[in-house]
Order: sequence, then C-alpha cells, then structure tokens
Amino acid sequence: MALETRIYQKDNHLKFGRLLKASVQDVLGSHFLAKQLALRDIKAQYRQSYFGILWAFVMPLTTAFVWIFLSSSGTVKLSDTGIPYPVYVFSGTLIWSVLKEAINTPTASTNSARGILSKINFPKEALVVSGLYKLLFSSSIKMVLLLILMLVYHMSLSWYILFFPLALLAAIFIGTMIGLFITPVSMLYGDVNKFISLGLSFVMYITPVVYAIPDSGIMKTLMLYNPLTPIIEVTRNVLTGGSLEFVNYYMMLLLGSIPLMCVALVWYRLSIPIIVERV
Amino acid sequence: MNKKDQHIDTTNEVLVKVEGLSKKFCKDLKTSLWYGVKDLISNVQGQSHTRLLRPKEFWAVKDISFELRRGECLGLIGHNGAGKSTLLKILNGLINPDAGKVTIKGRVGALIELGAGFNPILTGRENIYNNGAILGFTKKEIDAKVEAIIDFAEIREFIDMPVQNYSSGMKVRLGFAVAAQMEPDVLLIDEVLAVGDVGFRMKCLTRIGELLQNTAVIFVSHTMPQVARIANKILLMDHGKELVCGDDVSDGIQRYYQSFQNTDKIVGGNGLVKLKSIKILNNESKEIVNTTGFVELIHNEAYSFEINLDIDDKVSKYWVNYSFIDKDAKQVANFFSLFSKSIFEDKGQVSIKSKIENMILGQGIYTVGVSINEVRTDKSRGDIYCFDSNIASISITGISTGHAPIQFVGEWNLMEANEA
Repeated sequence: MALETRIYQKDNHLKFGRLLKASVQDVLGSHFLAKQLALRDIKAQYRQSYFGILWAFVMPLTTAFVWIFLSSSGTVKLSDTGIPYPVYVFSGTLIWSVLKEAINTPTASTNSARGILSKINFPKEALVVSGLYKLLFSSSIKMVLLLILMLVYHMSLSWYILFFPLALLAAIFIGTMIGLFITPVSMLYGDVNKFISLGLSFVMYITPVVYAIPDSGIMKTLMLYNPLTPIIEVTRNVLTGGSLEFVNYYMMLLLGSIPLMCVALVWYRLSIPIIVERV
Repeated sequence: MNKKDQHIDTTNEVLVKVEGLSKKFCKDLKTSLWYGVKDLISNVQGQSHTRLLRPKEFWAVKDISFELRRGECLGLIGHNGAGKSTLLKILNGLINPDAGKVTIKGRVGALIELGAGFNPILTGRENIYNNGAILGFTKKEIDAKVEAIIDFAEIREFIDMPVQNYSSGMKVRLGFAVAAQMEPDVLLIDEVLAVGDVGFRMKCLTRIGELLQNTAVIFVSHTMPQVARIANKILLMDHGKELVCGDDVSDGIQRYYQSFQNTDKIVGGNGLVKLKSIKILNNESKEIVNTTGFVELIHNEAYSFEINLDIDDKVSKYWVNYSFIDKDAKQVANFFSLFSKSIFEDKGQVSIKSKIENMILGQGIYTVGVSINEVRTDKSRGDIYCFDSNIASISITGISTGHAPIQFVGEWNLMEANEA
C-alpha cells in the first residue's frame, strides 16, 4: 500500500489551482467532522437554556418592533414599502440577521477552535462548514417564522416563493465569502471584529432593511450603490412577490462571488498556519 | 523467520525526513501580530526573503535534520523553550517552517492534546464522537470502536454523564482511550503521560509500546527514565539548535543532565560547626578536580571524602552524613557515619576522611549534600550543627545507561545441577 506523503516547506511558488483543489477536497472530505462540530454546538447551546432557539430571533425581532412602533406612531415618516410594513420590516431584519451572521460565522467558528488549532492537525475548512451548518439550522427556523408571518398578514403567495430558500442560500454564500476574507486578520487583531460589527450596524441603515429606498436624495444614491441592497431586496421580493428590479445587479454579484469564494478559500487555507503561530 | 525478516526489511523505509529545518519566532506580541499581517500579504505574493531575522525575532528552531524509520523512536529532549514543541508543531503540519523541508509518509497521529473538542455539557459518549471526528476518524470507525473506547477508559458507569462532572483524570482517560484507537505510521507524543493515576499511566505506556513496533515515534519528554526506556535515537535541543543527535541515547541524556548546572543550595544549621572545605579523593588520595562543572567519578571505584570543619567548644558529640540526590530531587543514597559506627567529639579544626569502597551509583548526575548533627546521649538526632545541600555535583561514568540509581556489581556463577 502506498503511503500518503506530506511535504512541509516554505512555499516560494504559490500554486493557486493546487491550493484550491486541496481546499475543496477538505471542504467535502470533512463533512462528518463539520456535522459533528455543528451538532455539538447546537446541542450544548440548547441543553443549557430554556428559551433555546428563541434567542436567535430576539435581536432581529426587537429591531423590527422598534421600527414598527416608530412608523405607526408617526415619529418617522417612511416611504411606501408596497407591502404591509410589519411584513417588510420583519423580513428585512431577519434576512439581514442571516447575512450578518454569515459574515461573522467564519471568524466565530475559527476563533472558538483557537485552542485546538495549535494542537491538532485537522481540516480547518471543517470549521467553516460547521459554521455553515449552524447557520442553515437557525436560518431555516427563521424562514418558517417568515412564512407564518406571511400567512398572518394574508399575503398572497406567488410561485416565486420557491426561490426564497435559494435566495437565502445565496445570501449565506456571499456573507460567508466576505467573512472568510476578514477571518485571518480578525484572528490577529480583536479590533477588527469590533470594527466589523460597528460598521455593519451603520451599513444596515443604507440598506433597505427597515425602510424602503427613498425616491430621491443622497440616501437613494447610497442605497443603490450598496452591494448588499440587491441581496436584501431580491431575497425579500421573491418572498413577498415584489418587483425584481435589482435582479441584474443581483445576478452579477452572485456570478462575481463564485471566483471570489475560490480566492477566499485559498486565502483562508494559507493564513491559518500564520495565525496558529502568532496567537 | 526468514520471511519475517524480509517483511521488516521492506517496511523499514524512512517515514520522517527532516532537512535543515528552521523556524523563527518573535519575542514581542504587538510586533509579532504586525509581522503576521505582513506574512499574510507576502504569503499571497509568494515571496521568499525569509532566511533573515527581522528585529525582535529569534530562531526557535535552527537547522535541525534527522531521519526516522518505522520501528524507531526519537527521544526529543531539551530544557523548557529549547524548541521541542515548535519542532513538533511543524512536524504535525500546524505551522510552516521558514527554511528547510519535512517529508512525512503515512498517517500522522499526535498525542499532544487529549480530549480535543470535548464540550463539557455533553455526555462522555457524545464527546467520544466529537473527539474522534477531530482526530480524523469516520463515523463508521467510531461506531465500531466506541465500546472498546469505553472499556479502555474504564468509565462505563459514567459514560452518559456530562463531561463537566468528570474528574480531570477521567477526562484524560477518555481522551487517551479515543486517541489510543489511532493506528498511525508516525506518532508524535508530547508529555501527555504525566497525568492520570499510576494504573492508567502503565496502560498508556503499554499501548504506546504496542504502537512503537510498527510506527516511527517522536517522543518529547522531560522524564529521562522514560526516554531511556522507549527511545532508540536521541535529539537534544538547546536554543533551537541540536546539541546531540544520533543513536547514543545515554550520551544525549547525560548531556541533558549536564546542561542543568545545579548551583542552588540551602545552607543552614545553628552555626556551631562551620564547613571550611571539602574534597573528593580517588584511591591514590589525589583530589578529583571539577573541570566540567562536575566531579567525574567512575562506577564501582573507591573514593574518599575529606571534610574540614571548624567546631565550636559548645558542641558535644556529632555525626556526619553525606546524601546523594538525583535529578528528580530524590535522595537515592546516604553515606552516614552513624551506620559506620563513627561518632565524633573532637573540637576546633577537624579534618574527617571517609572512604566508600565501591561507588555503585548508576550512571548519571547526582548532587552531594552534607549535614553534621548533634548526637544526644541516647544516640538520637539532636540539633543540626551545619548543613549544605549542595557541596558538589558528581557525574558517574564507566557504566552504560540504566534506569536504576544503584547498580550492584558482584560475582555471578553458574551452579552445577547437584549443587542446586
């Protein structure tokens, strides 16, 4: 039987294709480890709590309630959303929370494995995949919640709704891609994480999460250029049957994110040894 | 027999090959992090300007080379911070070397962290799967082995209890039991056996012994008797560089011990006796001079201790005791005047010479201490007049490595059948 041979040395010639292949192999090959880690975290999380999964919605729901109150009390005047405002704001905050979590997940799961990263050699990609599993779990529950909301408000369900899970997956894909780029640096400096969460809380207000794109003004320009806008808009609109005016921008983003994801995976793979030796 | 020999021949290939391996580290955290960012970028650009040290950097591992075949065990020793763990991390593929090359064939197993991936809230059984998955087992493999693991750990009674309620020993047991199921070609061990109770430690050593036969093992330890027992090759590291490398395990261990110049001493007593000087003489009454930091003595030869004391008039009767302390701070032998029926009562400037006919301490380094005690009228021990826990470090040579601190020499005869 031929033995597998590993060679460790300073890589002077970087071979992108080879690294990507190894990375993809590890993503696929570490399925069991990723599942085990995800199950471990989910089980442990709910075994120690009474409200369990409820906590996943508390943040987005509170934001939604605040905005429903602001809007219904007339404190802020918002442009017409085309659908019942509560549905608009709930779907917005929940989709936003999925996207935000997707961005944070690679960092969070890599960070939580800090202790074993420097002790045991296992496919690091499993950490990212396990984060994805956890994300899919909480997202699927959010999806059910949204559907219930739709029924409560007697929204008509169009056939487009079948694309909703796909759109959510796409949002997770793009979020994870962004997260993978951030992870290595934020593993080195704690500042990065704080900066990202601060930044995201501002970006939320130039994304049509809790209010629609205004008809004119600087806000309109910002929102139209913001690459997160089409993600939120298209995902919400396939659910509520709204207009798909951003679909071209959206498709461009998706197509662009595929090669970027490859770069992100290679970047992550290359960076882990450096992080292990520094932290 | 012939067949077996052939089999060994073919499997005796080199599994681990390390050539000119170097790794640098940074002393300062902030600088280190900044270099990390730079490395992240230069990594992507694929630059190779790395043989030089940047400010505040040092070589944690420098130009290490060795080869290891199946069935061989390399004892990796050195003081704390000598670069052993860094070397192990490179071999394990956790960090990349800055220069040099490592070639490893086959499955690599590491006994470095036991119980990785345990979640304290989950039960022992669930954690077997978590830990197993991280160690690279498939679900099928764990399913097949889970009963064997529980039996090996001897904690069946508690297997469905949350791991946070386990004692630390139980956690280690469970962790080792999972790791012991590995069948690696190359095994890295980093001082994990220091925990657990005696019974379990024996079990671990036995399992490692089983693995040794078909595995290339790299064994990091500070416990020299264990190294002497397991290793058949040695690499002694000091500040990242190799000091001793090769097949002479006992030489490596000797050099390791010698690298600890034990100059710590405790001096005390009630001051009625003052220690002036002390000499160790050989059979020709010539003083053995300390040249290497150690007084070198040959096993089973005769030696004398000559001590000069200044004794106060208030002192009544006294005895002298030399004690021999090994590297683990264990007192392994005494040379006690009382047991040689010698009690002294002379005052003023006194010289006492005492002779050991055969120095049968085993190979290694020992610290010699001395104490002078009051002898009461009932011959029990009274006040301590004077003691010094470290008057000399001796190094016993002339006998190859043994695990025991005492090596008797005597006559061995084959008895005739009718005699028995």
